[in-house]
Amino acid sequence: MKRIVRIGNGQGFWGDSIDAPVHLAKGGPLDYLTLDYLAEVTLSIMQRQKLKNPQAGYARDFLDMVKRILPEITEKGIKVITNAGGVNPQSCREKLIELAAASGKNIKIGVIQGDDIFPDLKALIGKGIDFKNIDTGESIDSIIDKVYSANVYINSFTIAEALEQGAQIVLAGRVSDPGLALGPCIYEYGWKETDFNLLASGTLAGHITECGAQCTGGNYSDWKSVPYLAGVGYPIIEMQADGQFCITKHKGTGGLVNRETVGEQILYEMGDPAHYISPDVCVDFTSFNLTDKEKNRVSVENVKGFEATDTYKVSISYFAGYKASGQLTISGPDALEKAKLTAQIIWERLSKAGYTFEDTSTEFLGVSSCHGEINAQPEQINEVVLRLGVRDQNKDKVNRFGKEIAPVITSGPPGVTGFSGGRPKAQEIVAYWPALIPKEFVHTTVDVL
Amino acid sequence: MKIKLQQIAHARSGDKGAHSNAGLLFTSPEIYAWAKTNLTSQLIKNHFKSIAKGDIIRYEMDNLLALNFILGDSLGGGGSESLINDAQGKTHGQALLLLEVDFPDELLQFVKEN
Repeated sequence: MKRIVRIGNGQGFWGDSIDAPVHLAKGGPLDYLTLDYLAEVTLSIMQRQKLKNPQAGYARDFLDMVKRILPEITEKGIKVITNAGGVNPQSCREKLIELAAASGKNIKIGVIQGDDIFPDLKALIGKGIDFKNIDTGESIDSIIDKVYSANVYINSFTIAEALEQGAQIVLAGRVSDPGLALGPCIYEYGWKETDFNLLASGTLAGHITECGAQCTGGNYSDWKSVPYLAGVGYPIIEMQADGQFCITKHKGTGGLVNRETVGEQILYEMGDPAHYISPDVCVDFTSFNLTDKEKNRVSVENVKGFEATDTYKVSISYFAGYKASGQLTISGPDALEKAKLTAQIIWERLSKAGYTFEDTSTEFLGVSSCHGEINAQPEQINEVVLRLGVRDQNKDKVNRFGKEIAPVITSGPPGVTGFSGGRPKAQEIVAYWPALIPKEFVHTTVDVL
Repeated sequence: MKIKLQQIAHARSGDKGAHSNAGLLFTSPEIYAWAKTNLTSQLIKNHFKSIAKGDIIRYEMDNLLALNFILGDSLGGGGSESLINDAQGKTHGQALLLLEVDFPDELLQFVKEN
């Protein structure tokens, strides 16, 4: 058993830095690299890619990344835990094996399945699972014919099982984001399903690192004190068998790790801190101690957890209509007054043409779009960006809105510019529907090739 | 004296469905104790009245010297259906730091100089 296991997270979300994982793998000691490629609606995009092409449906960026760190995986022995397999981990694995073979390398890849319940959704409803929206209480009947994808947040013991079978890369399906880090801890230390405090420690560690540089100085209130954000180091968990762990980053990297950078991240997307529910355990975020150790090293001790719930969360995505937004820059004397008039003109022209929408928005960027009326209005506004948006089930109506932005440049008040990139086009809205499923209905499988 | 929360606290925010959360992290137990008494849900509701249309829920985290506020219905519907610029409440933490409060002079000694 290793005394300390080092787990770095190089990808906080779909679209995060493509270089960060490489820097983590090459920049210092590391045992595991976790990579989160999924947001709540990413799986729906992948599900539709797969409908068009049975070989698609996973994060293609991941293949390019593996190419760059192949020596670290095959020679240094760094293991990669990721949800990049999306809804087609089998195809993703085939491609990975091909690209490794092209470099003369053999690589063992684990695939975890059972999280994708989209094909079984109606059968499961037939068995009495209501999949009602846990935020709003609504019945799934209203969206059942518009569903794009349905994936269960499965537990992390599946990752440990894949590692046990020798996987060097684990394509983990829709495990929880913190679960990507918890899985290797379960494997390394043999933690059991009833080791609630230990599972809570691993889950908290994964929560801290799941958004990448957001715990190492990114998005930090005291940003003026953070050195060299351009070269920010992504976070590393140094876990011990007893569940105590440190958060740190590679030496020589930018950013900052201290009680406040880590503490802020612990608060990110937090609900009731005493009941943080994961598929593996419930974590009490009011329990532990967070202490500055040496420079850029924070320790976490005494995390308390208790038994997980008897349900898993299900992430369902569905078609919810169309939206579009467009913007104009309004400058010069009385910029805000002119922006208000510009908005009024556009909405009135649409109304006169017979168009109304399910929802609209009018925002004044530079004045009040983020913080409403919290700030007093400045006496002089040099320029303001007017941002208008509409949402509707009818695509043609949304596209008609897009045609009403440009005309006001020559038929409205003076000093209006910044219209580039063409007319805003209707974009499909893929919405998120969170639900629950009793654990006994979910059957996960692990295979390693 | 009148101060803004940015002088005594750190903040971070994110989305929770149609709501956002904004957490405040303090750097001394003395200031945290003051905050627990004085930063009421009602005060936060008033500060965010042009943003949060729903209720404010407050949670205390004594171990972290932190308070967590749920800002109800603050994201223009939330998720991918929202039309607003900050549909995920990423900036609500910064908005919270703009709150002006009456802060006791005797606690100023605990304010960490940056």
